[in-house]
Amino acid sequence: MKALIDYLKDIFFGLKTLWAGMRITGRYFISPGEIVTQKYPENRDQLIMFDRYKGEVIMPHDGNNQHRCTGCGICQMNCPNGSIEIVTRKEITPEGKEFRVIDKHIYHLDMCSFCALCVKTCPSNALAFGHDFENAVFDKAKLIKILNKPGSSILKDVK
Amino acid sequence: MQEEIVKNIILGEDDDYIINVGPQHPSTHGVLRFEVSLQGETIKKVVPHCGYIHRGIEKMCERDTYPQIIHLTDRMDYLSAHMNNEAVCLCVEKALEVEVPERVTYIRTILDELNRIASHQLWWSAMGMDMGALTTFFYGLRDREKILDIFEESFGTRLIQSVNAPGGLMQDIHTGFQKRIKEFIRYFRKKLPEYDQLLTGNVIFRERTEGIAKLSLEDAIQYGVTGPSGRASGFSCDIRKIEPYGTYPKVDFKEILHTEGDTITRYKVRIEEMYESMNILEQLVDNIPAGDYSAKMKAVLRLPVGEFYQRVETARGELGVYIVSDGNKSPYRIKFRAPNFSNLFIISKLAVGYKIADLIAISGSLDLVIPDIDR
Amino acid sequence: MTFDIYDFSGLTQSIDKGLKASMSPGWTLLTEFVIIGLIFLIFYAILGLFLVYAERKVCAFIQNRIGPNRVGPLGIFQTIADLIKLLMKELIPIKNADKLLFNIAPFIVIIASFMAIAAIPFAKGLHAIDFNIGIFYIIAVSSLGVVGILLAGWSSNSKYSLIGAMRSGAQVISYELSIGLSLLTIVVFAGTMQLSGIVESQANGWWIFKGHIPAVIAFVVFLIASTAETNRGPFDLAEAESELTAGFHTEYSGIKFAFFFLAEFMNMFIVASIAATVFLGGWMPLHFGVDNAFNRIMDYIPPIVWFFGKTGTVILIMMWFKWTFPRLRIDQLLTLEWKYLLPINLLNIVVVAFLTLMGWHF
Repeated sequence: MKALIDYLKDIFFGLKTLWAGMRITGRYFISPGEIVTQKYPENRDQLIMFDRYKGEVIMPHDGNNQHRCTGCGICQMNCPNGSIEIVTRKEITPEGKEFRVIDKHIYHLDMCSFCALCVKTCPSNALAFGHDFENAVFDKAKLIKILNKPGSSILKDVK
Repeated sequence: MQEEIVKNIILGEDDDYIINVGPQHPSTHGVLRFEVSLQGETIKKVVPHCGYIHRGIEKMCERDTYPQIIHLTDRMDYLSAHMNNEAVCLCVEKALEVEVPERVTYIRTILDELNRIASHQLWWSAMGMDMGALTTFFYGLRDREKILDIFEESFGTRLIQSVNAPGGLMQDIHTGFQKRIKEFIRYFRKKLPEYDQLLTGNVIFRERTEGIAKLSLEDAIQYGVTGPSGRASGFSCDIRKIEPYGTYPKVDFKEILHTEGDTITRYKVRIEEMYESMNILEQLVDNIPAGDYSAKMKAVLRLPVGEFYQRVETARGELGVYIVSDGNKSPYRIKFRAPNFSNLFIISKLAVGYKIADLIAISGSLDLVIPDIDR
Repeated sequence: MTFDIYDFSGLTQSIDKGLKASMSPGWTLLTEFVIIGLIFLIFYAILGLFLVYAERKVCAFIQNRIGPNRVGPLGIFQTIADLIKLLMKELIPIKNADKLLFNIAPFIVIIASFMAIAAIPFAKGLHAIDFNIGIFYIIAVSSLGVVGILLAGWSSNSKYSLIGAMRSGAQVISYELSIGLSLLTIVVFAGTMQLSGIVESQANGWWIFKGHIPAVIAFVVFLIASTAETNRGPFDLAEAESELTAGFHTEYSGIKFAFFFLAEFMNMFIVASIAATVFLGGWMPLHFGVDNAFNRIMDYIPPIVWFFGKTGTVILIMMWFKWTFPRLRIDQLLTLEWKYLLPINLLNIVVVAFLTLMGWHF
């Protein structure tokens, strides 16, 4: 007799737990307000990233096409896997002294691991993170970017 | 030659039915291969083969300086990335005998607990999906998005933060950090009982996990199974209680210990750990002291000659960092004691005698992340 | 031609008379066969496409997402796009596979479900085969599908497929019993096995209401057994993706895989329509009692709408099961059948026989 009661209790409690699960999914089924997915390419206007979002490393240029990079090479030393290559050239001041100017700041986006060491250790705050995340390309050569724009020069009074 | 090696490992009779689960399989969370020897549906022997995702992290760390090895440790157990970072930073700070500001310890512990909750949410999603309840995957990930938003607002990335540095953090938290955490706790406390209704109490789930694969206390200690899998068998191995670091001495929380050691106990330990993590967060989130976000460190760090060890409690067990230094900028040798490596090999003992469907349930309840096994 | 949406027999009689007037009776019969065959083929294909789309949408809403929404307005052409893709796929021939069995296995599954769908009453007058042993015929014919599954698993020459097929065979054969026995309760109530007779006998109320508790128990048992029979929902370990890749149809690609896929959805439709016919009244509107105002209001809705509405509800419940529950293991599945469903069924039949004898039902 006890076996029979246990049997019936098993069935009853089993069905009760199944119904509890079904209620939860049923509730989500009839509430379209809970939908959390977004339709991606159509909502690009509303897709605003957070300020500190790490998209890719950029060198901010101001309105006069000027940047803050002195070509010191500290970012190249600190990058753990060699994603930055600095190419400098020598220029002569009007007084006749030689000084170093950045020629090309080569950034390998395909190797970067976004550790932020280059941004943090730059003594002139020349680098920052941009918000562009659509970086997929068909040709790998397009991922090697040169961060300083052509014809740009350094801002005055940068250390 | 290959055949002989395989035969020696399996040691089965010639007409054993051997199938390979993996390396490409929807249920082994990562690239892992189980060589299973079957009799009908019952498992006679399981041999796990790891190493498919070995990247040489420990060797790469030997050529990088101490601030540079942080970004590599993130990618070992990527679901508790911050805890890996913290282990290395604590070891380096211990060696250099640097005192970090109190603000840093509070923020590090808060990020630890957030990572723990996020990792357990992903584990719950994957466990439900392996058992066949495909909706749990979406519910768990939907709730995890709130934590990932917190990370993205303050640090810019979702899964892998790389925000630690020896001596403190690389940047300070955003002003919206505390508000978002409090909102998340309010939201998640309402949602967590739904998880119990959907999966834990379900009679089908309980039939599939109760009494399956009991792990005894002696086996847990012998194999070194730590983390929630070990605590489900009664092995009191929570590093946050044994050797507290960060802010854990000041926080009041329970260590979740059960004794049965079967699959559903391992499941319940993790669900209860999520509750405890929320309790810890509530105690810490309002009391972050003001101050610096980093101590003043030299540009080039050289550790004194010697050996240094530090262990932390990640979401999956005890992670140990062992640095052997010979006075240079880079470590001479760094070794990680990975929790998943010890947790993996208990499967060869647990799964014998059960069915293939149970193998999936067992490996789901052990919560393995394969890149941590192979490093 | 008289087209009355409430009674299709006028339409069918007038087509028959028209054909007989221009051909000999033998040719008329042949033409009618061809017409009905074509209608069923088209219906089968369209319904299959629609059911796949419905499943994806239901699944998406339960999981807090949108589902197909790009191909066509609201994504209604998604299944057609999938079908075109499947048709263009390469049919990979397996070395060492038994070629004849490998190729005919999908056809057997489809033929079995075609034969069952022919006997279902869609509306008054829209009933292709009206045997006097209707239910017996349907149960017999739907068990032919398991032959196709076993052949598919065996002839694929792959360990995964074999395991999946063996599991599935054991499962389907066990749950046949429960389906038959639970349908038998209503046969006892109604006194006839003829499907049109069963539908007519529900003119004063559906059997799930008239046959109070035993009928409800039989309905629940039938729902569980039929989801198991069609390899759906929590009983889908034959195709358990997370365990054995795709089970018995791992080695099939292209149009043959489409056949298995389609047959699964059509089997779901068939068992749902049987449940709707036997327990919920088929095309009979909701009546309480014999002749009152409520019945007249219900009669305004055409029977074909009632039929598809009821079948749709049962299909929705089956989809709800699938997306909520985890999967059962093979030994738990067989335990469920032999230790729980079968004794309940047998007890139910004894009770129903007693009730019918005493006349203690509505």
